[in-house]
Amino acid sequence: MLIDVHAHFLHPRTPRADWRERNVSRLTAGARIGISVHVASILGSWGLTSPIYFPSPRDVTAGNDALLALQREHPDAIRGYVCVNPNYTGHARAEIVRGLDAGMIGIKLAASRRADDPLLDPIAELAAERRIPVLQHIWQHRRRDWTGQEASDALELCVLAGRHPSVVFILAHIGGGGDWLHSLHAVRDVANIYVDLSGSGVDGGMLEACVASVGASRLLWGSDLTMDTGWAKLRYLELLLTKEEQALVRWKNAARIFPPGAFPAD
Amino acid sequence: MPNCVDVNAFLGAYPWRKVPGTSPESLAKALDRTGIDTAWITHLPGLFWRDPTEGNAWLYEAAGKQPGERFKPVPTVHPGLAQWHSVLTEARAAGAPAVRCDPLYLGLEPAGSEMRALTAACAAASLPLMLAVRLEDGRQRHPNDRAGELPAAAVRALIRSDARVRLLVTHADRGFIEEVHFGSTPDEARRIWWDICWIWGPPEDHLATLLDTIGVERFVFGTGQPLRIPENSIAKLDLLDLTPKQRAAIESGNVAELVS
Repeated sequence: MLIDVHAHFLHPRTPRADWRERNVSRLTAGARIGISVHVASILGSWGLTSPIYFPSPRDVTAGNDALLALQREHPDAIRGYVCVNPNYTGHARAEIVRGLDAGMIGIKLAASRRADDPLLDPIAELAAERRIPVLQHIWQHRRRDWTGQEASDALELCVLAGRHPSVVFILAHIGGGGDWLHSLHAVRDVANIYVDLSGSGVDGGMLEACVASVGASRLLWGSDLTMDTGWAKLRYLELLLTKEEQALVRWKNAARIFPPGAFPAD
Repeated sequence: MPNCVDVNAFLGAYPWRKVPGTSPESLAKALDRTGIDTAWITHLPGLFWRDPTEGNAWLYEAAGKQPGERFKPVPTVHPGLAQWHSVLTEARAAGAPAVRCDPLYLGLEPAGSEMRALTAACAAASLPLMLAVRLEDGRQRHPNDRAGELPAAAVRALIRSDARVRLLVTHADRGFIEEVHFGSTPDEARRIWWDICWIWGPPEDHLATLLDTIGVERFVFGTGQPLRIPENSIAKLDLLDLTPKQRAAIESGNVAELVS
């Protein structure tokens, strides 16, 4: 069993003419890697009619609808995060309820509002109520603002996690850019933050640092935009972890933090 | 010719963060683990020294201690220092398959007069010149690690500067490769080889696209280890639908062309 906790799909109302090929490619590569379930999100229109990281409510809904359609099309292989923009509190909460009721299993927060902002509290409260995890997009050690996103870093996620200790937060793509060591130091003692291993970064020493920081019991496997790097990390983890620890990272930790019955063999 | 040649490997400590597996013994173990027969190695700390060639003697010694063709030394040249021509002579004598120069780490103009002189000398000596676009993702570099990335324009300028020179460019992504390849004449493009370590696999499929649009013959196997885990470049190939012949070309056959 292998669960990818950080996947994305595209849909026709995005700037990508090759959206269908990219979706097929993810599923085909996933089959070769042995991925059982892709837990995915769609960030609105991916920039077509509102910015990727600041999606309009209309685009948020359309993106979630597209993901729900994919989930229905591939009931064994795809699960969805409800993507929301916390700046629209009412819409975000309603969208979460709608998505979960339709079978989605988590919440995706990208970079529309800093993680420690009070506007995230109503969303985290709903996550606690529905017992679902929150995948938070992270810039590993954000030293400045970056164009196109209001990115958060691990310190800010730790603040949010401290305010909502019953919610599991997933620190996104430790290999997705920035100083991963900074993040790993920050989350070491924050028990309700899990680390997602996805991202294009395959730095020597990064996986050792992940294991040293949070241990196998708080690591989650994922790919994000580069499935080759995900597969490489999976192979390298065989050097660092026992079989049982590998199983935790591959799927057991995910099965524990997502709602019961979220996965076929769960 | 070995079955799999990693043209992009390093030995020695990295100044900007702790990296495991930088000793010759550790690299040899990584090669065993991943089924790589030969690694082209450069002395990593030397890249950051004022005279990077001071790391070359150790590099030759480390390569010589390994059996057969396990390690092949790729010494560093600094064309801004006096006597730099001797590095090329030494490299030839030591059986080095290439020499490398990363101009921005040395404070040189990437296509300035020193680099053009080096390019011409490499061409005359029939030694390929290796250059890295980057060593780390720009978003994660140490705040004081401020050397710029190699610009695509510099590669275009260098390949045009001598009709015989052969370049091996590592750590380039799809956009960089396309810009240089399609910004060059077919003859120029045929004298540039690209390592695959920084090119994305599925679902974006950058590597598959490049193999289709530019050609399998332009790509060689490289990992960037130990700064990057070598499993990544192997996974990239495992995710492609390559014929055995195409895979062999990337893993070793194209390297033979590069050094011929």
